Amino acid sequence: MSLIFTIFTVLTGCEPLLVLDPKGPQAQVQANDIKTSIIIMSFIVIAVFTILAIMLFKYRASKQNKDYEPPHIEGNVWVETICVGIPIIIVAFLSFMSVKSNYAVEAAPNGYGNKEPLVIYAASSNWKWHFSYPEEKIETVNYVYIPTDRPVEFKLYSYGPITSFWIPQLAGQKYAMADMVNTLHLAADVPGEYMGRNANFSGKGFAENTFNVKAMPQKEFDEWVDEVKDTAKPLTEEKFTELLEPGHLGQSTYTGTHLGFMPPPEGENGGHNHGSNGGDKNMEQHQPNETDSKTEHEHH
Amino acid sequence: MEFFERFAIPHPSAPIYASMVAIALTIVAIIAGLTYFKKWGYLWREWLTTVDHKRIGIMYLISALLMLFRGGVDALMMRAQLAVPDNKLLDAQHYNEVFTTHGVVMIIFMAMPFIMALMNFVVPLQIGARDVAFPRLNALSFWLFFMGAMLFNISFVVGGSPDAGWTSYFPLAGNEFSTSVGSNYYMIAIQIAGLGTLMTGINFITTIFKMRAPGMTLMKMPMFTWSALITNAIIVFAFPVLTVALAMGTMDRLFGTHFFTTNNGGMDMLWANLFWVWGHPEVYILILPAFGIYSEVISTFARRNLYGYKSMVVSMVLISFMSFLVWVHHFFTMGQGALTNSIFSITTMAIAVPTGIKIFNWLFTLYKGKIEITTPMLYALLFIPLFTIGGVTGVMLGMSAADYQYHNTMFLVAHFHMVIIPGVVFAMLAGLTYWWPKMFGFMLNERLGKLAAWVIGISTLVAFMPMFFSGLDGQARRMYTYSASTGFGPLNMISFVGAIGLAVGFAIIVYNVYYSVRYASRDIGADPWNARTLEWATHSPVPEYNFAIVPHVKSAEALWDAKKKRHILFQGDYEKIHMPNNSGVPFIMSSIFFVWGFAMIFSMWAVAIIATIGIFACMAHRSVEIDHGRYISVRKIEETETKLRGAK
Repeated sequence: MSLIFTIFTVLTGCEPLLVLDPKGPQAQVQANDIKTSIIIMSFIVIAVFTILAIMLFKYRASKQNKDYEPPHIEGNVWVETICVGIPIIIVAFLSFMSVKSNYAVEAAPNGYGNKEPLVIYAASSNWKWHFSYPEEKIETVNYVYIPTDRPVEFKLYSYGPITSFWIPQLAGQKYAMADMVNTLHLAADVPGEYMGRNANFSGKGFAENTFNVKAMPQKEFDEWVDEVKDTAKPLTEEKFTELLEPGHLGQSTYTGTHLGFMPPPEGENGGHNHGSNGGDKNMEQHQPNETDSKTEHEHH
Repeated sequence: MEFFERFAIPHPSAPIYASMVAIALTIVAIIAGLTYFKKWGYLWREWLTTVDHKRIGIMYLISALLMLFRGGVDALMMRAQLAVPDNKLLDAQHYNEVFTTHGVVMIIFMAMPFIMALMNFVVPLQIGARDVAFPRLNALSFWLFFMGAMLFNISFVVGGSPDAGWTSYFPLAGNEFSTSVGSNYYMIAIQIAGLGTLMTGINFITTIFKMRAPGMTLMKMPMFTWSALITNAIIVFAFPVLTVALAMGTMDRLFGTHFFTTNNGGMDMLWANLFWVWGHPEVYILILPAFGIYSEVISTFARRNLYGYKSMVVSMVLISFMSFLVWVHHFFTMGQGALTNSIFSITTMAIAVPTGIKIFNWLFTLYKGKIEITTPMLYALLFIPLFTIGGVTGVMLGMSAADYQYHNTMFLVAHFHMVIIPGVVFAMLAGLTYWWPKMFGFMLNERLGKLAAWVIGISTLVAFMPMFFSGLDGQARRMYTYSASTGFGPLNMISFVGAIGLAVGFAIIVYNVYYSVRYASRDIGADPWNARTLEWATHSPVPEYNFAIVPHVKSAEALWDAKKKRHILFQGDYEKIHMPNNSGVPFIMSSIFFVWGFAMIFSMWAVAIIATIGIFACMAHRSVEIDHGRYISVRKIEETETKLRGAK
């Protein structure tokens, strides 16, 4: 196993595998789980390989007397207890780890005191990602800037097929769906550019359904927000409807967000009655709490 | 012209036109051949109307091998497309169709019939029965499967293949995002085949419960029969869910209902749940018979009784029960929260315990044995280490927090191929080689067989190990291309080499069949492997009534008792044997189902209504038909027995 591992590590150009090179606490939890389970599982693999090798080495017909008659063996309570007991212990340990990590990745990342999380709405449409910053009142397409050393909450939903929002080095993925908003917690410890993509097959343009993530210190982030507000064009409903058209787009930036005129499927009904047919009349009734719709309408 | 436009391929290309020509030529060649050699009558009398479980088994086998070829070509196309970055061999649409049909064909139209083939052929023989409980229903099962498979396979030349993945998640598979008839094919073809499978489930449970030889209590059944019993129990519980889900999907697509749409009260997550409530038990429907085959093969060639028979049975029962409690692990990332994920994470990892028991029992069956490495045994011995890799990575995937990183990546693809290929495909090849002499009266060449096993074993590692790494490096599954800067190139190239290796391995098996048909000895007796169970107690090939005298059984290894403990299997004299009559109705009814399915797919309502009437007419015919079967006389039995013994 370790030999195979070495060979492949060399083949991949000595670069650490993305998932095992975490840059934030959530991805760190996951990478630790993965590494620990690989080590434990290696023991099982080695045990099975060893027993198999011994059996094949010792009990081959060619090594035995011609008239040797193998005995009838029903089973042995002790042997079977060990074969059940050890796996149960391993599974129990892994279960403990798994449950602990579940609660860790589903909560705000640890270690940032009581810093207010930055909320970003990330919506997918065929085959793009729209990022809305409700507090900053700006919106980007196919790229997202986040501050380092601060928890970030991505609110995920989709204008179309189920997609999966994934930034391997910052956190594992989660689905974005048309009838429900999911929350993905993450934080970046290290400034840098990270690969983000949709991991769930969503049709023709799926392979290129990627986005760029750039993590930077809070000060730089604030400067960027100010710059966007000064330079970017406002996002109108017409413009957003145009952006939703199936296809691929480059990166773009807007002031204002789509959250006001096309709210995400969250709230009491979980949005089950609304769909991807954005702009529906009944969708106007649900306004997200985070958004001040009045300011939004000024852009119209 | 407008009427015919709907049958056009929405996204044609040269290979598809070439396949159209090839299909047309093959059909012409088959029809011409049958006519020239005057075989129409033979085909109808001996095969299309047969209710003999052995012939039905062989027809399942032929279909499975054809579908293996189809699914294998799909696999090669995918690996070739991904072998180098930015490849232009296939475009996105073709790639999406290819991976969708690869999944459906391999699971539903290759692995399932392969299992059905071996169950059909072996189970009645292993329990000393003359046929299954409902022979005509069995024929209907086969023909429904066959027509479903054919319907699915014409999709790529008529109207376009499904392209929403074998999981066919809504809303992607709904009308809004899948406008071609491809997803209709998915819904209808799998429905027809699935009905056949459900009938098989009922049929085999009845057979195993009611038709065992005298003395064969449940705990004296051979392990393969046990696995078949449990598999069919899972089928009976799981397949109705698929039936309902497909019916709802069909209604969404054809009649404008809103079960899985994202507006008007529909819910896309419902499909994912229903699909996997069937889909996860389906995995165990595939793997349990495989476990049964390994148990037979390892015990036979270790020349020892199976270690821990009782714990084998208990672990299978546990696995079948738990297989219904883990479906959520297919979408840990759907947002159901930490508590739900924790529960399903634990149930998922817990399945590893009974599975582990089985692995250790096989290892201990080797203990103090006299191991002879034949081709089936070689597959079994390759299975243990490779499946262990697949299995432990399954436990890793079961850790839900970490699964957020594995989900939808090549890591997952590597895992399930490392489970299904060593687990199911190796078992099917082992079973095929093992029971081949019983089916056809000659053995496959051992040298070629072992060569193929080694090539396939090593190629499996070469093809799928790299995917664990590319997955952890961020390669999502189902991407038709990737850029050079991702660094996925070398790993995917290795996978492609492995895929070619697998193709070479299967080509060796095909050559082996040809070679053995020509050169293998026909004088092999009834028990060429020196085996332990009842199917080897009758002649090879097997006479239509299976056993001239119903055997008496004292243990799970009836034939071994007869060989070593002077147990007398066949007591008494020949008596006339009651056998079922052949019937053309299953074939005709399934053909009407094919027409019905085709009409539904293309929304040709008049034809669909007429076909529906035809289906009910066939059922009505069965209700009023008087058919008490026929008897084989003692004289006829004596003649057959003398002839078969003379062949030794």
